Amino acid sequence: MVRVLLALLVFVGIWAAAGGYGIGLPLTDEQVARYEALPIVRPSGAGLPEGEGDAATGFEIYAFDCAGCHGPNGEGAPFDRLVADAPFSLDLPPHRFAVGNYWPYATTLWDYINRAMPFASPHNMDPDEVYALVAYLLAENGIIDADTVVNAENLPRIQMPTRPLYRVDPFTRQLFPWIELP
Amino acid sequence: MNRRTFLHGLAAALAAGSVQLVRAQQGFKPFPPAPTLGTPLQPIGTRAASEAHVVRYISNTLPSRHTGAAFAPIGELDGIITPNGLHFERDHAGVPTIDPKDYRLVLHGLVERPLMFTLNDLMRLPSENQVYFIECAGNGQNGYREPPEPALTATRSRGLVSGAEWTGVPLRILLEEAGVKPEGRWLLAEGADAAAWVRSIPTEKGLRDVLVAYKQNGEALRPEQGYPVRLVVPGWEGSIQVKWLRRILVADEPAMSRGETSEYTDVRADGRIDAFTWVMEPQSIITRPSGGQLIEPGFHQIRGLAWSGFGKVVRVEVSTDGGASWQEARLTGPVLPYALTRFVFDWNWDGKEAVLMSRVVDDQGNTQPTRAEFFERWARNNRYHYNAIQAWRVGADGRVQNGDPALAVGAAPPMQAGGCGGEVFDG
Repeated sequence: MVRVLLALLVFVGIWAAAGGYGIGLPLTDEQVARYEALPIVRPSGAGLPEGEGDAATGFEIYAFDCAGCHGPNGEGAPFDRLVADAPFSLDLPPHRFAVGNYWPYATTLWDYINRAMPFASPHNMDPDEVYALVAYLLAENGIIDADTVVNAENLPRIQMPTRPLYRVDPFTRQLFPWIELP
Repeated sequence: MNRRTFLHGLAAALAAGSVQLVRAQQGFKPFPPAPTLGTPLQPIGTRAASEAHVVRYISNTLPSRHTGAAFAPIGELDGIITPNGLHFERDHAGVPTIDPKDYRLVLHGLVERPLMFTLNDLMRLPSENQVYFIECAGNGQNGYREPPEPALTATRSRGLVSGAEWTGVPLRILLEEAGVKPEGRWLLAEGADAAAWVRSIPTEKGLRDVLVAYKQNGEALRPEQGYPVRLVVPGWEGSIQVKWLRRILVADEPAMSRGETSEYTDVRADGRIDAFTWVMEPQSIITRPSGGQLIEPGFHQIRGLAWSGFGKVVRVEVSTDGGASWQEARLTGPVLPYALTRFVFDWNWDGKEAVLMSRVVDDQGNTQPTRAEFFERWARNNRYHYNAIQAWRVGADGRVQNGDPALAVGAAPPMQAGGCGGEVFDG
């Protein structure tokens, strides 16, 4: 099955290289890089830029840019709770789902803060600031020590407590047997 | 029913929330006197002023109207196509304003040739027209409330679904133009909204049936539906059908973005959390009579919607006795895969309390669970993919209310509703 699919993809690749409709502007690497200014960060760490930050620096940014929506220390209200007050369980109501008890990947935190936060004025932080916020939230959730400096090297290796509970939806697994969670 | 009980029922129904009077207005009434000249020709048509109450439902508990959902008023609509202005909407950071002249779609990553398309490029390529439903994974979220809310309406029960005819270029064509490398098994699609919404789709699905859509029911997409271009991913949850599509990064791993981890993942009754719960389960709902409506004894055509992300609706069954017996409804209008399907069932109401239910069977043999069966599989604190049978209780007074049974006492504590409609109450 996997081999057949790979063969199909190779075939599609060759067919396309032969030229189809000739519509669409081919881009140079430099042009592509400009469209990638906002990276899509993946669990392997692909997309993470250079930079670093720690929790103390992150708290200063958090207090100024984030606390108004997420509470003085990430406890939530009016928007999502970020700091878990209990481990995940079947009795935990959804409004108490948070980074420390629900989010399976630390890289998601970097990606989401960088692409979508602060809610009303996103895309205004430099990579160091995002790393610092990530460090603050991971430390506040008890996932890293308060003095850990987070960077592109160690962020993908941080294990999130709820990750072992995750699996691929069984029906999706039937449709796409090759899919594994990172 | 005399005038006093009618007014009493009306007042009660008004107190219950959204009201639709199904009762026919009786009595002799001559034609009105000849009118003066009517409204002249207009460049664009509008709805009758007296239909202005037919609008989408937006929860008043939302902390911001820049994220949340507007429910299509399915309790007041017919057919399988949702009018564009009434199509349900879910945004994560407001609706961006995009000048079509500035629009660019970029396809890059693990491809032979990174490409950029203008809107005109996309429209020049071969197009397809397909009627598909789009449904928010959070549709049915009010079913998580326990005990069930008596005043629930069809709109608030399952209004995060809509149907439309979509026109666009098959994503397969764009992928073939760029030439996907064999290791490029994931498409990471990004929107141009302030949240730059990202979702991961298997390349295999992208090659099969995904549309890069620019028209909705014949006209340009509405801004809130992704103007000028969105993905339409037949049968799959709405949040993966990225609106304001601006780039697709072909990659060897999924993004595991926020929208596929902290949101749009599903908690099972055994405590596992499922990621990539993409396919929308079979659903049906009786829209008439439904919660908040008021009916009179005699003939009624029960009407409703059915659909399934697995394929085509083959059968809908209706019960008028709370599920004790079931009869086959008639499918009317087009029956298309991954599309809303309309069912009707002739019913004479004898004026005694009745509980109406519907359940769909799709061409893969899937059907809907009862509420109790649903919670054997899904956790009480799950937020998405609720597709249990919706019951409507018709009282002897003609008032229609939520007829869902409460769950057995002693299980988990009462759970808040959750998900994208802002119907959360923090208790």
